[in-house]
Amino acid sequence: MVDLLGFERRVALRFLAEGRMQTLLIVVGVAAGVAVVAFITALISGLQSSTLEKTLGAQAHVTLRAPDDTVAPARAPEPGVATLEQTQPRAQRSRTIVNWQALLPLLEATPKVAAVSPMVSGAALAQRGEASKAIAVAGVDLDRYDRIVGLRGKLVAGEARLGPGEAVIGRELADDLGVRVGDRLVVVTGPTSDAFRVTALVDLGVRELNRRTVLVPLRAAQSLLALPGGATTIDLVLDDVWAAQALADELAARLPYEVESWQQANAQLVSALDAQTVSTRLIRTVVLIVVVLGIASVLVVSVVQKRREIGILRAMGATRAQMQRVFLLQGLVVGGLGSVLGVLLAAGLVAAFVAFVRGSDGQPLFAITLQPGLGLRVAAIATLCGVLAAVAPARRAAGLDPAEAIRM
Amino acid sequence: MRDGPVTDDRARAVGAAPLIELDGVRKSYNAGRPNEAEVLHGLSLRIDPGEFVALIGPSGSGKSTLLNILGLLERSTAGRYRLLGEETSGLDDDATTRLRRRAIGFVFQFHHLLPAFSALENVTLPALMREGRVGSAALRRARDLLGAVGLGEAMHKRPGELSGGMQQRVAIARALALQPPLVLADEPTGNLDRQASDEVFALLRRMHAEQRTTFLVVTHDPRLAERCDRIVELVDGRIERDGPRSG
Repeated sequence: MVDLLGFERRVALRFLAEGRMQTLLIVVGVAAGVAVVAFITALISGLQSSTLEKTLGAQAHVTLRAPDDTVAPARAPEPGVATLEQTQPRAQRSRTIVNWQALLPLLEATPKVAAVSPMVSGAALAQRGEASKAIAVAGVDLDRYDRIVGLRGKLVAGEARLGPGEAVIGRELADDLGVRVGDRLVVVTGPTSDAFRVTALVDLGVRELNRRTVLVPLRAAQSLLALPGGATTIDLVLDDVWAAQALADELAARLPYEVESWQQANAQLVSALDAQTVSTRLIRTVVLIVVVLGIASVLVVSVVQKRREIGILRAMGATRAQMQRVFLLQGLVVGGLGSVLGVLLAAGLVAAFVAFVRGSDGQPLFAITLQPGLGLRVAAIATLCGVLAAVAPARRAAGLDPAEAIRM
Repeated sequence: MRDGPVTDDRARAVGAAPLIELDGVRKSYNAGRPNEAEVLHGLSLRIDPGEFVALIGPSGSGKSTLLNILGLLERSTAGRYRLLGEETSGLDDDATTRLRRRAIGFVFQFHHLLPAFSALENVTLPALMREGRVGSAALRRARDLLGAVGLGEAMHKRPGELSGGMQQRVAIARALALQPPLVLADEPTGNLDRQASDEVFALLRRMHAEQRTTFLVVTHDPRLAERCDRIVELVDGRIERDGPRSG
């Protein structure tokens, strides 16, 4: 039985072993390249995940709200008639989303939507004794809202509960007002006010939010903000955060509401993340190009050095295709070996990063892991690059005139 | 010492198909350019199975070019070349390579062994190339051949560890590995001292006798040419003499 690539494999490995210093250097070069690509990808991925987690930890992926009040022109423009008009924009009041209760099941049934939560929110003052702080009061259904921001996971004290007359407040606000779990505070909105007992303190991950957030039952907020039965926003979270913009566009086209994705709400952050992603891709591409050029240059030199051997093999009956495969296999071996070593090196770098790089609080800066899928992907790409790098040298080897090569 | 004639015109006499048949073969370099040079001028030659032929001639007479054409390493510019009854001019590169692998063993002046492979591996290379593996039969034959050329003890050494004469014996064993009907030897003793030359040439004759393979040996050495059964002399790209050795 013919052993697949037996000849090519034997000759390729022997050629590589013969120039072992050259082979070692290029394998180390490929390993370094693969390690850089894998490590930087894991690092940036960890950094972006951490940034997104912090940003979206207290934020919906898509938010629906009632459209702004606008001023309709008194008279429709007529052709041929010049109209001078000056429009004073209207002051925006809190408005409810019309028929929001009917909208909830519709949104819940939308593909990719993981949770839906209505909210009534507005500005207010929180008072306790002589202390008074400007806050954002938000009326929510606790279970639904928990699915949006994972509130129960952010508790620092107390028990997450929002019964009538109960409130959950941010940690910094509690400090500012001198409030502890079980204490009462008063929330004032214009002429209306209401007293709440604090059942829990939360850390939403952003100091300013912790300083302003007061969560109360939906009904209480409706009453405080004079929106009986209303909801000012509907928050959505999705299974995939990156699907938010597409879904927001789709909902905006279908529904008569203002729809905003988290990307629109955090445009600067998204730009920064995009810039980071592009830079990472650029670095990865450059490194891979260097890897390809490195392998190619070593193999080109090898073709020149092995010119006579190639001529002998061709004279002995090796076909052009066989010679081509000898060099393609060398690329494959160098790329594959370098990839395996590179992924191991990257895993070591990740472990070192986690062990030694810490924030001022002594905790790891952010979670970074080298996922097996990423390692395999990088290794596969680098191995493929090894083969691609070998294409030109292999063609050159196959194209050698055996008579001329032997005469040398 | 002179080796006795092992083959004669028996094959031709009984009308066997020729192994090699050249008819009006020409070879030009830089064809179609102002510096075109024709080095072979319409050669016709027939070599039958089992012959031991010397190809002699002064430097520049076209011996190496003719050998390359016979070895399917170069193509003629005009004329016909039939090897084993197969017309070679219409073959593509792959078919030419396959025919070369099947029909021809090479022994070069400078041994041309692969330095990264042991003597045994060099001899098993043709089988590895053809089958993708070295089967037990191929391995046995390689060992036998190396034993026959006196290198049974040195078969695991690499070429760099062997003397020039020993390397040339390995090359002869390798040329015979696949039992080709034709062995082309280009100055096989040209790089050896007199004693080693004699030994190697005697080995060629012995292999010819044992393996029944046709040998075409290019040599500058008239002493060695006289130990061949037939001598073809090439001068300025033309065959000046073709006949049995003198005496």
